[in-house]
Amino acid sequence: MKSTILPIRSVIRICCLLMPALLAAQGLDPTNINKPLGSAEGWPTYGGDYSGKRFSSLKQLDRSTVKNLGLAWNTRLTAGSQTRRPGSAMITGGVGNMEATAAANVKGSILQVNGILYVSAPDNAWALDARDGHELWHYVWKTRGGTHIGNRGLAMWHNQLYMETPDDFLVCLDARTGKELWHKEIADFELQYFSTMAPIVIDNHLIIGTGNDLDEPGFIASLDPETGKEQWKFYTVPMKKGDPGLETWANLDAARHGGGNAWVPGSYDPETHLYIFGTGNPSPAYTTGTRGEGDNLFTCAVVAVNVETGKMAWWYQTSPHDTHDWDSAQTPVLIDAEFGGKMRKMVMQASRNGYFFTLDRLTGEHLVTGKFGEAVNWAKGINAKGQPVRDPAKDFHPAGSLVSSANQGATNWPPPAFNPATGLLYVPTQDSYAMYYLTELDPRGAMGLGGKEEVGLGTMRSYISAIDYKTGKTLWKHVYPALGGALGNGMLTTAGGLLFAGDVSGNIIGYDAANGKILWHAYLTNMVSNAPETYMLDGHQYLLVAAGDTVYSFMLH
Amino acid sequence: MMRTIPRILFAAILAALLFAVIALGQEAPFMASFPSHPKADAATVNRGKEAYKLNCAYCHGEDARGGENGGTNILRSDVVMKDQNGERLRAFLQNTGENGHVATREGVLKFNFTDAQAADLAAFMNDISAFIHDFRVSSRDPGRMRPPTILVGDAKAGERYFQAKCGSCHSATGDLKGIAGKITEPRTLQQTWLMPMVYGFRGFNPPADGPVKVAPPTVTVTMQNGQKLEGRLGRIDDFIVTMTLADGTPRTIHRDGDVPKVEVHDPMKPHKDLLPVYTDADIHNVTAYLATLK
Repeated sequence: MKSTILPIRSVIRICCLLMPALLAAQGLDPTNINKPLGSAEGWPTYGGDYSGKRFSSLKQLDRSTVKNLGLAWNTRLTAGSQTRRPGSAMITGGVGNMEATAAANVKGSILQVNGILYVSAPDNAWALDARDGHELWHYVWKTRGGTHIGNRGLAMWHNQLYMETPDDFLVCLDARTGKELWHKEIADFELQYFSTMAPIVIDNHLIIGTGNDLDEPGFIASLDPETGKEQWKFYTVPMKKGDPGLETWANLDAARHGGGNAWVPGSYDPETHLYIFGTGNPSPAYTTGTRGEGDNLFTCAVVAVNVETGKMAWWYQTSPHDTHDWDSAQTPVLIDAEFGGKMRKMVMQASRNGYFFTLDRLTGEHLVTGKFGEAVNWAKGINAKGQPVRDPAKDFHPAGSLVSSANQGATNWPPPAFNPATGLLYVPTQDSYAMYYLTELDPRGAMGLGGKEEVGLGTMRSYISAIDYKTGKTLWKHVYPALGGALGNGMLTTAGGLLFAGDVSGNIIGYDAANGKILWHAYLTNMVSNAPETYMLDGHQYLLVAAGDTVYSFMLH
Repeated sequence: MMRTIPRILFAAILAALLFAVIALGQEAPFMASFPSHPKADAATVNRGKEAYKLNCAYCHGEDARGGENGGTNILRSDVVMKDQNGERLRAFLQNTGENGHVATREGVLKFNFTDAQAADLAAFMNDISAFIHDFRVSSRDPGRMRPPTILVGDAKAGERYFQAKCGSCHSATGDLKGIAGKITEPRTLQQTWLMPMVYGFRGFNPPADGPVKVAPPTVTVTMQNGQKLEGRLGRIDDFIVTMTLADGTPRTIHRDGDVPKVEVHDPMKPHKDLLPVYTDADIHNVTAYLATLK
């Protein structure tokens, strides 16, 4: 009789063959996101971990080995359901009849879980094999419209993936197959919301946020990740009588149309259960006839919300009564470090308005303000609370006012990075100017982004600012040689003493994080369009970055 | 000469458009559509207009954007934004509850419109707010009371400033002779003199000759053997400089830190250097002066 017992070698071989599938089947345990980046496998959430530091403890790549970093593979992605890759599953969903048919543009974080990459662009999600980049599945959402400006990435909880769509749905996919499990409307499309934020999983909470350019209130909400049922909703502006901050608006109607959208994911402090995020500009963005002359709370602020209750713990406004559309949505970065002779728990933000802030993250107490946007000219000084004081003459003028920065700001959504060894926050920065023309003399002003027309004078220079969190001073800059250009993209830093960032000419560059010395680079087919990421896979440290429609994977050989 | 005018205008417009894209972070959206609401016939809209004038305009203003008597801008109200055929509007106006018209402010009226009257009002609201429903992120709420002109400066003060700050490179009788006749739109004139050329990504194409001479950026590369290469700059980053030599030969030269020595000559540098120096009054005065050079 033939034995049915397999030889041990065969068992091992089968286990090895099945391992990727077994791992994929396990999905992502949400507790893994709590681990500092590099101490667990992969890149499981928007910032790699909750801190917003984008600092990996991996050291295989370091100042001496980075020169051996070489291309492992690259994969070009095509948006829409017209092109199906051989061997890949195509899944479609959605409530509309339009498809994104332009080239994909990856402008958000890419998740790496159990050797699978999860990539997104508006209305599109892909799963790629992290070892060679081949496409496993492609999901396409047929849209009813909305502003398709970008998608900042996906979230994952066990085997479920989540994507926000420009027409305001949260779509839940089976990460193993790309098949849709459910979708839920998260904002009112009739009110012209559009949704770009990468959702964030925190234990059994799924945090979502949306955007709007037409005078609607900003909010974040916590959903049950399994069903999408709402757990709580937090508005960033007063919505009823008695709400805090109402006294900073002309009236309740103004507050309820006051903006403050949550464009970019926040960071999370597991010890205090505080989700800390930045809010967008007040609405109308430029003319203030309806919103009054107050601070317009809680727009353009860093806000801490208890993730269990949805209640605000503290806030700090970085641009009181903003008049330039310079939202404070930039990633807050959480650090535990020495300050004033003792260890403190802090949060930093380099804001679009050109100013840097260090705060106590337990209380919101202001600690430091610095100016990193060198050309910025819209503020007259700093007040006692550390906030820049707006110069009304630099709002706009019927004959034009020369303002720096131009609309995009000194920095924008591309995430910064912080390296504990250097104590530096690395921020993509640009010096730009524009003429701001007032085009509405009606004292009631305009709605949305109206009332001002801006004609650009260009970017004078673009650079990386390396900012000391203790003083707010820029200790060094790397200025790109290009004569013009724009803002560079996001940052990654590592325990190997490295800083990675895309420049404004199409290079991905590796620097010495201590001094900005260039150690490695590669020229890509497009401008880098997201922040670089790193992880270990099969014993090799990888560097992953997107440039437009192409994902590039570099491996240390 | 006629054919040169569009070129400089084209260059200025191109520069403005280019920067508009830059200002959006290279994020010019390919699709930005929001719901449009049903269009009603003219008779329905007119009936709604009359009902609006009679019942609503006193508080909310003739254009529904808010009035002196305390009414809010109702074009952006949830009720109007979401209404299709008067169903929400009627319920809101008749409702005295938390979400009704009476509850929004003390002293306001409760209206008892019929379904047909509410539908007429909604048709009028949709008609006057149609542009909102076609709102795009790259567009603006169009100015209704636009400033009549941007020419508000003192031309004599502008002439003095021009002579002091610009006179070493430019002259009213030389390169800028008749400039205001060639660029007749004052805002374009202002943008053009402030920054005749805005640089883009990965190199650029300088505008051809025009009323304002815009020289291309050039570069001088001193090779390690002492040879000097000079030409029009293409792209420069930390690793490569590309250039076109005088005879049209393209050259791409590898850079390794400071080797070889690379000197970029940016014709826009004086314009860039003045940006932190100008006051807005300086700019308005110079524009007023240049506008006299017809």
